[in-house]
Amino acid sequence: MIKFTNVFKTYAKGGLALKDVSFHIAKGEFAFLTGHSGAGKSTVLKLVYADERPSSGEVRVSGYAVADLTPRDVPHLRRRLGIVFQDFRLLEDRTAEENVAFALEVTGARRSAIPARVMRVLTQVGLAAKAGAYPRELSGGEQQRVAIARALVNEPQVLLADEPTGNLDERATRGVFQLLRDINASGTAVVMATHDLEMVRSAPYRVIELQEGGVVYDSAVDEPTVGDAQA
Amino acid sequence: MTLTVREALLAFRRAPLLSALSVTTIAFSLFVLGLFGLVAVNLRQALRGVAERVEIVAYLLPGTPIETVLLGEQDIEAFPEVASAVHISEDSALARARRELVEFRDLLRELERNPLPASIEVKLKPGFQDATHVNAVAERLRGFGFVDDVRFGRDWVEKLDKLRRLAAAVGVVVGAAFATVAVIIIGTTIRMAVLQRSREIAIMRLVGATDGFIRRPFLLQGALKGLLGGLVAIAFSYAAYALINRFLIESSFFTLPQALGIVVFGTVIGLMGSLLSVGRHLRRV
Repeated sequence: MIKFTNVFKTYAKGGLALKDVSFHIAKGEFAFLTGHSGAGKSTVLKLVYADERPSSGEVRVSGYAVADLTPRDVPHLRRRLGIVFQDFRLLEDRTAEENVAFALEVTGARRSAIPARVMRVLTQVGLAAKAGAYPRELSGGEQQRVAIARALVNEPQVLLADEPTGNLDERATRGVFQLLRDINASGTAVVMATHDLEMVRSAPYRVIELQEGGVVYDSAVDEPTVGDAQA
Repeated sequence: MTLTVREALLAFRRAPLLSALSVTTIAFSLFVLGLFGLVAVNLRQALRGVAERVEIVAYLLPGTPIETVLLGEQDIEAFPEVASAVHISEDSALARARRELVEFRDLLRELERNPLPASIEVKLKPGFQDATHVNAVAERLRGFGFVDDVRFGRDWVEKLDKLRRLAAAVGVVVGAAFATVAVIIIGTTIRMAVLQRSREIAIMRLVGATDGFIRRPFLLQGALKGLLGGLVAIAFSYAAYALINRFLIESSFFTLPQALGIVVFGTVIGLMGSLLSVGRHLRRV
């Protein structure tokens, strides 16, 4: 599904963002990406959704080699992924429903099929009643649910979440995390970057820890029994 | 396609103030260009009116048989530069002198013999009314055996020539300057509209929108703004023209193709401005 092999990433402005990162995330897996700010979590995710290219090494996502993607291929890769951010990234001047529908429209989905699919994912994230609300009328937790609904509407194989609970209070955090677990339980792989260690410890999922751009701990490698229990 | 139109129109509805502002900015920059265009159009028309008066007169030797004159007249009319060649006999020359030169009416009446020669008056086609062509035609007229002398206002034709060249040079330089200013202002306006939506563009890319999908509504929107701005500019220009006509001098307005030209110019710049701004944005995000 997602495979990093000896990946290095240097930014033009200087600084080594990733050094020799290798891991493999299988279909349907749930993996935490942890580490301090600047450890390289976001860079790993950016490489996955082809916002950045590896300086060396190989990144393979859902059959695509990220280094070889043409600009034309990038949108097609992204349609196989769902992406969720700390700051939600909703279009402020569209309702929850329109925000979710938009992700379908860009793929050229059949117009008549869109409303039903949108309502299905909004129901799944528990926001069917607020479909007509604008982002500013929703709480942070609700906005993140809309963002998750948008990420799910294309039925992605992987959901990438970059600090999805970073802006939420404890209650909303628990709700969003539970939602991500439910999504994973229904077969979608989830890669979640977070520095909320409490959350990481609360669930028996794989943990990949980054420090200064390198993997310092991978529960699947270092404690295979935990990984096996999950597999 | 319908999605493109919908997205483009939605942008107008979502940011009505900014959209109205950019249309107004575009309209005013095209209006300034239009005003200059009006000046140029009217100046050219005035010069054309003056040029139409360019005339070459070939005076004929006395006693030339009328058949010879008429044949010669036909020959001259066949010159590619010549619009018309009209034979004026001695008698009609005198009659005209009596009619037009009121001050000398008494003198002319008392003449025993008509002192005025017969002539052929030659007018040239538009495009040949400059010094070079006038000289060439005059030279050829001199070659006819029955032609005594050839006259035209040499100084006057040369001055007209100079004036025309000056008007053309000023027209091109000032016109280009105004057009450039319009391009810059419209381009900046469109770019601002794109920048205002840069976050939106970034989000569109994240959810897997292709560049073409993102670009199309912006292009349509830019073209629409240019089109609307152009139409408003033509309306402003017409109002200015009507006021000038009423209170200052009689002038003429753009022909339909000229007016359409300004609208198309606005539309194309709106389109190009969007293409460049969005393109740069898409490369960067």
